Amino acid sequence: YSLSPCYVSLALYKCLYGRAHPTNLQHHRHYTSGESSGAAKVVAVGLVTLGSSIGGTVLYAKWDPKFRTAVEKNIPYSDWLLGMALGPNPYSPVTAHKKQVSKFITPKYPTTPPDHLNGSLLCSLNSVLCFCVSEECKECHHHGDTPVPAMVEAVDSMTEGPLKERPAEEVTARLAQQEQEDQDILASVSASLEESLASSAKTTLQAIGAQEAALQAIGSHTHKLKEAMEAEVPPDQKSAQWRDLETALAERRSTVNDAGAALLKARDALDSLRSVIDKAKESKVAAVQPLVLAAEENLHSMVVDLDQAVTKVQSAESEAKIVSQYTELVNEAKRQFQKELSSLTPEIQANWKGLTGKLSADDLNALIAHAHRRIDQLNRELAEQRVREQVHIEAALEQQKLEDQKALDKAVHTATQHSKEEARLEQERKLSELREVMEAEMRTQLRRQAAAHTDHLRDILKVQEQELRSEAEQMLEQETHYRQLTQEQLDNFTLDMNAAYARLKGMEEAIDSHVIAEEEARKAHQLWLSVEALSYTLKTAGSDLPTKPLESAVQAIQDSCCNNEFALALASALPEESLRRGVYSEASLRSRFNSLRSMVRRVALIDESHNSLYQYFLSYLQAALLFEEKQAMPPTQLTNEDLDPFKLLSYASYCLEHEDLELAAKFVNQLRGEARRVVQDWLTEARLTLETRQVVTLLSAYANAVGLGTTQAP
Amino acid sequence: MADEHGRKWDRCLADTAVKTVTGISVGIVLSVLFFKRRTWPVSLGSGMGLGMGYSNCQHDFRSPYLLHGNMVKDQ
Repeated sequence: YSLSPCYVSLALYKCLYGRAHPTNLQHHRHYTSGESSGAAKVVAVGLVTLGSSIGGTVLYAKWDPKFRTAVEKNIPYSDWLLGMALGPNPYSPVTAHKKQVSKFITPKYPTTPPDHLNGSLLCSLNSVLCFCVSEECKECHHHGDTPVPAMVEAVDSMTEGPLKERPAEEVTARLAQQEQEDQDILASVSASLEESLASSAKTTLQAIGAQEAALQAIGSHTHKLKEAMEAEVPPDQKSAQWRDLETALAERRSTVNDAGAALLKARDALDSLRSVIDKAKESKVAAVQPLVLAAEENLHSMVVDLDQAVTKVQSAESEAKIVSQYTELVNEAKRQFQKELSSLTPEIQANWKGLTGKLSADDLNALIAHAHRRIDQLNRELAEQRVREQVHIEAALEQQKLEDQKALDKAVHTATQHSKEEARLEQERKLSELREVMEAEMRTQLRRQAAAHTDHLRDILKVQEQELRSEAEQMLEQETHYRQLTQEQLDNFTLDMNAAYARLKGMEEAIDSHVIAEEEARKAHQLWLSVEALSYTLKTAGSDLPTKPLESAVQAIQDSCCNNEFALALASALPEESLRRGVYSEASLRSRFNSLRSMVRRVALIDESHNSLYQYFLSYLQAALLFEEKQAMPPTQLTNEDLDPFKLLSYASYCLEHEDLELAAKFVNQLRGEARRVVQDWLTEARLTLETRQVVTLLSAYANAVGLGTTQAP
Repeated sequence: MADEHGRKWDRCLADTAVKTVTGISVGIVLSVLFFKRRTWPVSLGSGMGLGMGYSNCQHDFRSPYLLHGNMVKDQ
């Protein structure tokens, strides 16, 4: 109720009156003088307040850092002020972060020369530790990488201990591997040998064929030449013969060239084969040797054939040379004779056989004289020749001897080579055969030893078997005897056990059924006890105080009958208020009602529609003037006039006196209007009490029923 | 709820008394200042105060039965 207008008006009044009254002048002077210096005072007071507040804040911030951070957070520029006054804040999170970052950035590690292993290691370690922002650290990274693996390798090699004996599996593995390798090598070598052998054989055959062809050509040419020289055929056939000769000559030349080329190729192939054989000889595999041997023999035979063919061709060529020389000589002589003849008788042609009638006697004489002269000349030459014959023959013989010697040397040389080669091959063949024989013998010896060893083992094992068998039989006898005894004992035990077990089972079943029955009984008892507790709490109501809150009792009920739906439903049907606050007892309600009654009487006339203060006055008047019975027995049926508030009150009072709260509440419920509002609280309390009581009675009835039920045997 | 009635009466009477007294005083002031010490401002003030108090009281007693409506603005 604000009395401020009152105060204000009074103050104003006083002020106004004060002006007129001289007694209050002092006051007013004081006020008026105070009012002019009031501004300065206000300013001064304000400044002092501000200063003291700031000083107080600073002092408190010094003492409490959390407060300081709060102030700094909320008031701008305060951190500057506080920093100036007190120094930096030790607990601020921002500065701590800055400090940490600076600690990491500031130290710069010195760059050591990278050729030193330690230095580079250190550098690499440092580069791992520090933030590698600087370039020096990057270099360290690069340099540090390369020495580190080297060191690692050195360490690894140092940690390798002395060589240990390889285990058996490894040995067999290695042997198998080696065998495999040998097989591979053998296969490859044989393949290469065969290949080269085939190619060289082919080329050699080709060469030999070419040589034979050359031989043939040379032979035919020589023969043709001889024919051409000696035979006396008519001129046209002679020219044909000469043409044939030329073709034969050309053929001979080409075949000889081919033979030469083929020979070269063959020799190349043979050289390659020899090199392959040499390479194959270098390999250590024993099984290669016979292959190599066979290849060498093949090579030797091919070389021999080739040489033979070449010698044949050479002899044919030398013969052809002789024949050609002979032809040349003959041609020379013929030309000489022609020249002489032509010089003597120029008009006579070469063919003087058919000139019988043309020649004169002089010509004939001249011709005969020339012929005689020629004969003389030739006789003289012949005599000379006979004289010089010996010398010539000796010289020719000497030359021939030299040539023969040369040829012989060459032949001897080739023959020796061939024989050497053959001898070597023979030796190697013998060696390989011997080796095989020795291998076979060694194998048989080893087999014999192995067989002996197995026999020995077998005998020993047999003896051991006998001994062990006898021992085992003995032990078995003992065992069976013991087992029999134990089996008998076991049987007896089993029988006893079965009997005992059966009895135990029976007892257990009986106990279980008892336990179940007892459990049920216990639960019923618990329920009954908790319900009793609940109903007891109802009695703890004081005269005007509610009971204790029923919550604990209800909780106890709920715990004790957790599997009983009916009891649970009932327990949860209790109203909230009663659980939390408790309910009032009937007596208290009754007393309250009596006090309420007068109130209700006073507002009996007020209903919902029109209730001005005048109505209130009238209602009060009515209450003062109207008298009704204190208690009137309610009829069994209510009529309309019974709904008068006063009557209702008397009915309710009667019911309350007769302990019938329910009926009283029903009557009170019929009040309308303001009267109803007045009794609303009482009504809710009454309802609460009634509900609680109903639930409690139901629960106790249920508990009693259940309790009775469990006393009977199931 | 029963106490509510009594509390309402208390409020009512206090309020009425205050208003009446205020009215009387205002009346007295006005009559002294402007109306040459006549009596009618005093009675006017007291009447006004009483009336206001009575009206407040009545409104207070009617309040549970008065329906209050709220206007819903169309958004």
